[in-house]
Amino acid sequence: MAAAPIPPAPEPTEQAARKRRNLVIGWVLAAFVVLVFAITLVRLDANVSP
Amino acid sequence: MSAPAAAAAAPPRAATAGDYLALMKPRVMSLVVFTGFAGMLAAPGGLEPVLAFAALLALAGGAGAAGALNMWYDADIDARMRRTRMRPVPAGRVAREEALFLGLVMSGVSVALMSLAGGLLAAGLLAFTIFFYAVIYTMGLKRRTPENIVIGGLAGALPPMVAWAAAAGALTLDPLLLTAIIFVWTPPHFWSLALYQRGDYAAAGVPMLPVTHGARETRRRILLYTLLLVPTAFAPVLTGLGGLAYAAVALVGGAAFLALAVRLAFSRAGEALEPGGEALYTVSEGDRAARNLFAFSILYLAALFAALIGEHGFGLSFALRLPAPFPA
Repeated sequence: MAAAPIPPAPEPTEQAARKRRNLVIGWVLAAFVVLVFAITLVRLDANVSP
Repeated sequence: MSAPAAAAAAPPRAATAGDYLALMKPRVMSLVVFTGFAGMLAAPGGLEPVLAFAALLALAGGAGAAGALNMWYDADIDARMRRTRMRPVPAGRVAREEALFLGLVMSGVSVALMSLAGGLLAAGLLAFTIFFYAVIYTMGLKRRTPENIVIGGLAGALPPMVAWAAAAGALTLDPLLLTAIIFVWTPPHFWSLALYQRGDYAAAGVPMLPVTHGARETRRRILLYTLLLVPTAFAPVLTGLGGLAYAAVALVGGAAFLALAVRLAFSRAGEALEPGGEALYTVSEGDRAARNLFAFSILYLAALFAALIGEHGFGLSFALRLPAPFPA
Protein backbone atom coordinates (compact mmCIF):
# COMPACT_ATOMS: atom_id res chain seq x y z
CA MET A 1 0.00 0.00 0.00
CA ALA A 2 1.40 3.37 -1.03
CA ALA A 3 1.98 5.88 1.73
CA ALA A 4 -0.19 8.97 1.68
CA PRO A 5 1.63 11.94 0.16
CA ILE A 6 3.01 14.37 2.68
CA PRO A 7 1.31 17.74 2.29
CA PRO A 8 3.65 20.63 1.59
CA ALA A 9 4.66 22.77 4.54
CA PRO A 10 2.51 25.91 4.81
CA GLU A 11 3.96 29.23 3.74
CA PRO A 12 5.36 31.42 6.56
CA THR A 13 2.47 33.89 6.09
CA GLU A 14 -0.04 31.04 6.36
CA GLN A 15 1.74 29.75 9.49
CA ALA A 16 1.64 33.21 11.05
CA ALA A 17 -2.07 33.57 10.19
CA ARG A 18 -2.81 30.17 11.76
CA LYS A 19 -0.94 31.14 14.90
CA ARG A 20 -2.92 34.37 15.21
CA ARG A 21 -6.21 32.53 14.63
CA ASN A 22 -5.31 29.90 17.23
CA LEU A 23 -4.52 32.62 19.75
CA VAL A 24 -7.87 34.28 19.13
CA ILE A 25 -9.69 30.94 19.51
CA GLY A 26 -7.79 30.31 22.74
CA TRP A 27 -8.79 33.68 24.20
CA VAL A 28 -12.40 33.22 23.13
CA LEU A 29 -12.56 29.78 24.76
CA ALA A 30 -11.00 31.09 27.96
CA ALA A 31 -13.51 33.96 28.07
CA PHE A 32 -16.35 31.48 27.50
CA VAL A 33 -15.18 29.33 30.43
CA VAL A 34 -15.03 32.41 32.68
CA LEU A 35 -18.51 33.46 31.54
CA VAL A 36 -20.05 30.04 32.26
CA PHE A 37 -18.35 30.07 35.67
CA ALA A 38 -19.78 33.53 36.40
CA ILE A 39 -23.27 32.41 35.30
CA THR A 40 -23.00 29.41 37.60
CA LEU A 41 -22.07 31.64 40.55
CA VAL A 42 -24.98 33.99 39.88
CA ARG A 43 -27.43 31.12 39.49
CA LEU A 44 -26.15 29.46 42.66
CA ASP A 45 -26.44 32.72 44.54
CA ALA A 46 -30.01 33.23 43.34
CA ASN A 47 -31.09 29.67 44.13
CA VAL A 48 -29.22 29.05 47.38
CA SER A 49 -29.35 32.42 49.14
CA PRO A 50 -32.28 32.90 51.52
CA MET B 1 -8.59 47.15 -13.69
CA SER B 2 -10.59 48.51 -10.74
CA ALA B 3 -9.36 47.91 -7.21
CA PRO B 4 -12.06 45.33 -6.37
CA ALA B 5 -11.53 43.53 -9.66
CA ALA B 6 -7.79 43.42 -9.05
CA ALA B 7 -8.40 42.12 -5.55
CA ALA B 8 -10.72 39.47 -6.92
CA ALA B 9 -8.10 38.37 -9.46
CA ALA B 10 -5.28 38.16 -6.89
CA PRO B 11 -4.72 34.88 -5.02
CA PRO B 12 -6.60 34.93 -1.71
CA ARG B 13 -4.60 35.87 1.35
CA ALA B 14 -4.59 33.70 4.44
CA ALA B 15 -7.78 33.96 6.47
CA THR B 16 -7.65 36.12 9.56
CA ALA B 17 -9.84 36.03 12.65
CA GLY B 18 -11.56 39.06 11.11
CA ASP B 19 -12.66 36.92 8.15
CA TYR B 20 -14.38 34.48 10.51
CA LEU B 21 -16.01 37.39 12.26
CA ALA B 22 -17.15 38.71 8.86
CA LEU B 23 -18.80 35.31 8.23
CA MET B 24 -21.10 36.08 11.13
CA LYS B 25 -22.29 39.42 9.65
CA PRO B 26 -21.23 41.71 12.50
CA ARG B 27 -23.47 44.58 11.35
CA VAL B 28 -26.53 42.33 11.57
CA MET B 29 -25.29 41.08 14.94
CA SER B 30 -25.05 44.65 16.25
CA LEU B 31 -28.62 45.41 15.12
CA VAL B 32 -29.84 42.20 16.76
CA VAL B 33 -28.09 43.06 20.02
CA PHE B 34 -29.48 46.60 19.89
CA THR B 35 -33.12 45.55 19.41
CA GLY B 36 -32.64 42.68 21.86
CA PHE B 37 -31.23 45.06 24.46
CA ALA B 38 -34.33 47.23 24.10
CA GLY B 39 -36.59 44.20 24.55
CA MET B 40 -34.62 43.09 27.58
CA LEU B 41 -34.82 46.50 29.26
CA ALA B 42 -38.52 46.88 28.51
CA ALA B 43 -39.40 43.46 29.94
CA PRO B 44 -40.70 43.27 33.49
CA GLY B 45 -38.49 41.56 36.02
CA GLY B 46 -35.04 42.14 34.66
CA LEU B 47 -31.91 40.05 34.67
CA GLU B 48 -28.75 40.10 36.76
CA PRO B 49 -26.11 42.07 34.80
CA VAL B 50 -23.98 38.96 34.24
CA LEU B 51 -26.97 36.97 32.98
CA ALA B 52 -28.12 39.89 30.82
CA PHE B 53 -24.66 40.17 29.27
CA ALA B 54 -24.55 36.42 28.62
CA ALA B 55 -28.05 36.43 27.13
CA LEU B 56 -27.14 39.28 24.76
CA LEU B 57 -23.92 37.46 23.85
CA ALA B 58 -25.97 34.35 23.10
CA LEU B 59 -28.31 36.43 20.96
CA ALA B 60 -25.37 37.88 19.06
CA GLY B 61 -23.86 34.40 18.69
CA GLY B 62 -27.15 33.03 17.37
CA ALA B 63 -27.35 35.83 14.80
CA GLY B 64 -23.73 35.13 13.86
CA ALA B 65 -24.45 31.42 13.49
CA ALA B 66 -27.37 32.14 11.18
CA GLY B 67 -25.17 34.52 9.18
CA ALA B 68 -22.42 31.92 8.79
CA LEU B 69 -24.93 29.28 7.66
CA ASN B 70 -26.33 31.80 5.18
CA MET B 71 -22.82 32.47 3.80
CA TRP B 72 -22.21 28.74 3.50
CA TYR B 73 -25.39 28.11 1.54
CA ASP B 74 -25.40 31.30 -0.54
CA ALA B 75 -21.73 31.34 -1.57
CA ASP B 76 -22.71 30.92 -5.24
CA ILE B 77 -25.13 33.87 -5.12
CA ASP B 78 -22.69 36.02 -3.18
CA ALA B 79 -20.00 35.41 -5.82
CA ARG B 80 -22.30 36.82 -8.53
CA MET B 81 -23.33 39.97 -6.69
CA ARG B 82 -21.04 43.00 -6.67
CA ARG B 83 -22.08 43.94 -3.14
CA THR B 84 -21.21 40.52 -1.67
CA ARG B 85 -18.50 39.01 -3.87
CA MET B 86 -15.69 40.08 -1.54
CA ARG B 87 -17.17 38.17 1.39
CA PRO B 88 -14.76 35.59 2.85
CA VAL B 89 -16.21 32.49 1.13
CA PRO B 90 -16.67 33.79 -2.46
CA ALA B 91 -13.32 35.62 -2.19
CA GLY B 92 -11.67 32.26 -1.41
CA ARG B 93 -10.27 33.20 2.00
CA VAL B 94 -12.49 30.76 3.93
CA ALA B 95 -13.68 27.35 2.71
CA ARG B 96 -17.45 26.77 2.51
CA GLU B 97 -17.16 23.81 4.88
CA GLU B 98 -15.56 26.06 7.48
CA ALA B 99 -18.50 28.46 7.26
CA LEU B 100 -20.87 25.53 7.76
CA PHE B 101 -18.86 24.22 10.71
CA LEU B 102 -18.69 27.67 12.31
CA GLY B 103 -22.44 28.11 11.85
CA LEU B 104 -23.31 24.76 13.41
CA VAL B 105 -20.91 25.15 16.35
CA MET B 106 -22.06 28.70 17.03
CA SER B 107 -25.69 27.59 16.87
CA GLY B 108 -25.12 24.96 19.54
CA VAL B 109 -23.01 27.18 21.77
CA SER B 110 -25.34 30.18 21.57
CA VAL B 111 -28.49 28.15 22.30
CA ALA B 112 -26.77 26.38 25.21
CA LEU B 113 -25.53 29.70 26.58
CA MET B 114 -29.00 31.20 26.26
CA SER B 115 -30.53 28.27 28.16
CA LEU B 116 -28.04 28.89 31.00
CA ALA B 117 -28.54 32.66 31.10
CA GLY B 118 -32.12 33.20 29.96
CA GLY B 119 -33.92 29.92 30.43
CA LEU B 120 -35.47 27.33 28.15
CA LEU B 121 -38.14 29.58 26.57
CA ALA B 122 -35.54 32.07 25.36
CA ALA B 123 -33.23 29.24 24.23
CA GLY B 124 -36.06 27.58 22.30
CA LEU B 125 -36.98 30.87 20.63
CA LEU B 126 -33.33 31.49 19.72
CA ALA B 127 -33.04 28.00 18.20
CA PHE B 128 -36.22 28.65 16.21
CA THR B 129 -34.84 32.00 15.01
CA ILE B 130 -31.62 30.41 13.75
CA PHE B 131 -33.58 27.59 12.09
CA PHE B 132 -36.00 30.03 10.48
CA TYR B 133 -33.25 32.20 9.02
CA ALA B 134 -30.92 29.42 7.88
CA VAL B 135 -33.42 26.80 6.70
CA ILE B 136 -36.78 28.47 6.01
CA TYR B 137 -35.44 31.75 4.60
CA THR B 138 -32.01 30.93 3.15
CA MET B 139 -32.66 27.42 1.86
CA GLY B 140 -36.39 27.58 1.29
CA LEU B 141 -37.63 31.02 0.38
CA LYS B 142 -34.79 33.16 -0.90
CA ARG B 143 -34.39 31.52 -4.31
CA ARG B 144 -38.05 30.59 -4.81
CA THR B 145 -40.41 33.46 -4.12
CA PRO B 146 -40.52 37.27 -4.20
CA GLU B 147 -42.15 37.05 -0.76
CA ASN B 148 -38.77 35.79 0.54
CA ILE B 149 -37.99 38.79 2.68
CA VAL B 150 -41.60 39.26 3.80
CA ILE B 151 -41.82 35.82 5.43
CA GLY B 152 -38.10 35.55 6.13
CA GLY B 153 -38.24 38.88 7.92
CA LEU B 154 -39.64 37.05 10.92
CA ALA B 155 -36.13 35.83 11.76
CA GLY B 156 -34.83 39.38 12.02
CA ALA B 157 -37.91 40.42 13.97
CA LEU B 158 -37.64 37.85 16.74
CA PRO B 159 -34.59 39.06 18.75
CA PRO B 160 -36.56 41.51 20.99
CA MET B 161 -38.94 38.67 21.79
CA VAL B 162 -36.05 36.30 22.60
CA ALA B 163 -34.48 38.89 24.88
CA TRP B 164 -37.83 39.65 26.52
CA ALA B 165 -38.32 35.93 27.20
CA ALA B 166 -34.83 35.78 28.71
CA ALA B 167 -35.59 38.66 31.08
CA ALA B 168 -39.22 37.96 31.97
CA GLY B 169 -39.46 34.20 31.47
CA ALA B 170 -42.78 34.61 29.66
CA LEU B 171 -44.30 36.45 26.71
CA THR B 172 -47.08 39.05 26.58
CA LEU B 173 -48.54 41.32 23.90
CA ASP B 174 -45.71 43.86 24.19
CA PRO B 175 -42.87 41.66 22.87
CA LEU B 176 -45.19 40.56 20.06
CA LEU B 177 -45.63 44.23 19.15
CA LEU B 178 -41.87 44.78 19.06
CA THR B 179 -41.54 41.78 16.76
CA ALA B 180 -44.44 43.02 14.61
CA ILE B 181 -42.75 46.40 14.16
CA ILE B 182 -39.55 44.87 12.77
CA PHE B 183 -41.54 42.36 10.73
CA VAL B 184 -43.58 45.07 8.96
CA TRP B 185 -40.52 47.34 8.67
CA THR B 186 -38.50 44.69 6.81
CA PRO B 187 -40.25 44.75 3.38
CA PRO B 188 -39.98 48.50 2.75
CA HIS B 189 -36.40 48.41 4.05
CA PHE B 190 -35.19 45.59 1.81
CA TRP B 191 -37.31 46.41 -1.22
CA SER B 192 -36.00 49.96 -1.35
CA LEU B 193 -32.48 48.50 -1.39
CA ALA B 194 -33.52 45.91 -3.99
CA LEU B 195 -34.91 48.66 -6.22
CA TYR B 196 -31.49 50.15 -6.81
CA GLN B 197 -29.64 46.83 -6.60
CA ARG B 198 -32.15 45.20 -8.95
CA GLY B 199 -29.61 44.38 -11.65
CA ASP B 200 -27.42 42.60 -9.13
CA TYR B 201 -30.28 40.44 -7.87
CA ALA B 202 -31.35 39.66 -11.44
CA ALA B 203 -27.80 38.60 -12.36
CA ALA B 204 -27.65 36.34 -9.31
CA GLY B 205 -31.06 34.81 -10.07
CA VAL B 206 -32.63 35.90 -6.79
CA PRO B 207 -36.37 36.55 -7.32
CA MET B 208 -36.59 39.80 -5.41
CA LEU B 209 -39.81 41.71 -6.00
CA PRO B 210 -38.30 44.35 -8.34
CA VAL B 211 -36.93 41.51 -10.49
CA THR B 212 -40.14 39.48 -10.69
CA HIS B 213 -42.84 42.17 -10.56
CA GLY B 214 -41.00 45.28 -11.72
CA ALA B 215 -40.12 48.56 -10.08
CA ARG B 216 -43.60 50.11 -10.15
CA GLU B 217 -45.26 47.25 -8.26
CA THR B 218 -42.39 47.26 -5.76
CA ARG B 219 -42.82 50.98 -5.08
CA ARG B 220 -46.58 50.43 -4.60
CA ARG B 221 -46.02 47.62 -2.10
CA ILE B 222 -43.41 49.64 -0.22
CA LEU B 223 -46.07 52.33 0.26
CA LEU B 224 -48.65 49.74 1.40
CA TYR B 225 -46.30 48.24 3.99
CA THR B 226 -45.37 51.73 5.16
CA LEU B 227 -49.05 52.48 5.73
CA LEU B 228 -49.15 49.35 7.88
CA LEU B 229 -45.86 50.12 9.63
CA VAL B 230 -46.77 53.59 10.95
CA PRO B 231 -49.73 52.46 13.14
CA THR B 232 -47.92 49.27 14.15
CA ALA B 233 -44.97 51.31 15.41
CA PHE B 234 -47.37 53.50 17.41
CA ALA B 235 -49.15 50.55 19.06
CA PRO B 236 -46.69 50.25 22.01
CA VAL B 237 -47.87 53.69 23.13
CA LEU B 238 -51.39 52.29 23.52
CA THR B 239 -50.24 49.39 25.69
CA GLY B 240 -48.07 51.64 27.86
CA LEU B 241 -44.79 50.10 26.66
CA GLY B 242 -43.78 53.31 24.91
CA GLY B 243 -43.86 56.66 26.69
CA LEU B 244 -43.77 60.25 25.49
CA ALA B 245 -40.35 60.04 23.86
CA TYR B 246 -41.28 56.85 22.04
CA ALA B 247 -44.58 58.37 20.92
CA ALA B 248 -42.77 61.44 19.54
CA VAL B 249 -40.29 59.28 17.63
CA ALA B 250 -43.06 57.04 16.30
CA LEU B 251 -45.14 60.01 15.13
CA VAL B 252 -42.40 62.20 13.66
CA GLY B 253 -40.40 59.28 12.28
CA GLY B 254 -43.53 57.64 10.93
CA ALA B 255 -44.57 60.84 9.16
CA ALA B 256 -41.10 61.18 7.60
CA PHE B 257 -41.09 57.48 6.61
CA LEU B 258 -44.48 57.89 4.97
CA ALA B 259 -43.40 61.06 3.15
CA LEU B 260 -40.33 59.28 1.75
CA ALA B 261 -42.43 56.26 0.73
CA VAL B 262 -44.94 58.53 -1.07
CA ARG B 263 -42.09 60.33 -2.84
CA LEU B 264 -40.66 56.93 -3.83
CA ALA B 265 -44.05 55.74 -5.07
CA PHE B 266 -44.25 58.72 -7.45
CA SER B 267 -40.62 58.41 -8.56
CA ARG B 268 -39.12 56.24 -11.28
CA ALA B 269 -36.63 54.57 -8.95
CA GLY B 270 -35.59 51.12 -10.08
CA GLU B 271 -36.75 51.65 -13.68
CA ALA B 272 -33.26 51.65 -15.16
CA LEU B 273 -31.67 48.23 -14.83
CA GLU B 274 -28.51 49.39 -13.12
CA PRO B 275 -25.86 46.74 -12.49
CA GLY B 276 -25.78 47.62 -8.79
CA GLY B 277 -22.83 48.93 -6.90
CA GLU B 278 -20.63 47.71 -4.12
CA ALA B 279 -21.46 50.67 -1.93
CA LEU B 280 -24.84 50.58 -0.23
CA TYR B 281 -25.54 54.28 -0.56
CA THR B 282 -24.06 55.25 -3.94
CA VAL B 283 -26.81 55.40 -6.53
CA SER B 284 -27.72 57.10 -9.78
CA GLU B 285 -29.92 60.19 -9.77
CA GLY B 286 -33.08 58.24 -10.65
CA ASP B 287 -32.71 55.82 -7.76
CA ARG B 288 -32.12 58.44 -5.11
CA ALA B 289 -35.65 58.19 -3.67
CA ALA B 290 -35.12 54.46 -3.02
CA ARG B 291 -31.71 55.05 -1.44
CA ASN B 292 -33.15 57.78 0.79
CA LEU B 293 -35.92 55.52 2.09
CA PHE B 294 -33.45 52.66 2.65
CA ALA B 295 -31.12 54.90 4.66
CA PHE B 296 -33.97 56.50 6.62
CA SER B 297 -35.53 53.14 7.45
CA ILE B 298 -32.38 52.18 9.39
CA LEU B 299 -32.43 55.48 11.27
CA TYR B 300 -36.15 55.12 12.01
CA LEU B 301 -35.88 51.63 13.50
CA ALA B 302 -32.80 52.59 15.49
CA ALA B 303 -34.58 55.68 16.85
CA LEU B 304 -37.67 53.70 17.89
CA PHE B 305 -35.64 51.16 19.85
CA ALA B 306 -33.28 53.83 21.20
CA ALA B 307 -36.35 55.60 22.60
CA LEU B 308 -37.37 52.38 24.34
CA ILE B 309 -33.85 51.96 25.72
CA GLY B 310 -33.84 55.54 26.96
CA GLU B 311 -37.25 55.20 28.57
CA HIS B 312 -36.80 51.80 30.20
CA GLY B 313 -33.05 51.71 30.75
CA PHE B 314 -32.30 55.22 31.87
CA GLY B 315 -35.51 56.24 33.63
CA LEU B 316 -36.52 58.71 30.95
CA SER B 317 -40.02 57.34 30.69
CA PHE B 318 -42.84 59.85 30.74
CA ALA B 319 -45.78 57.57 30.17
CA LEU B 320 -48.74 58.95 28.31
CA ARG B 321 -51.99 58.69 30.24
CA LEU B 322 -53.90 56.98 27.50
CA PRO B 323 -56.63 54.42 28.03
CA ALA B 324 -55.07 51.03 27.38
CA PRO B 325 -57.39 48.98 25.19
CA PHE B 326 -54.89 46.13 25.08
CA PRO B 327 -53.54 45.48 28.55
CA ALA B 328 -50.08 43.99 28.01
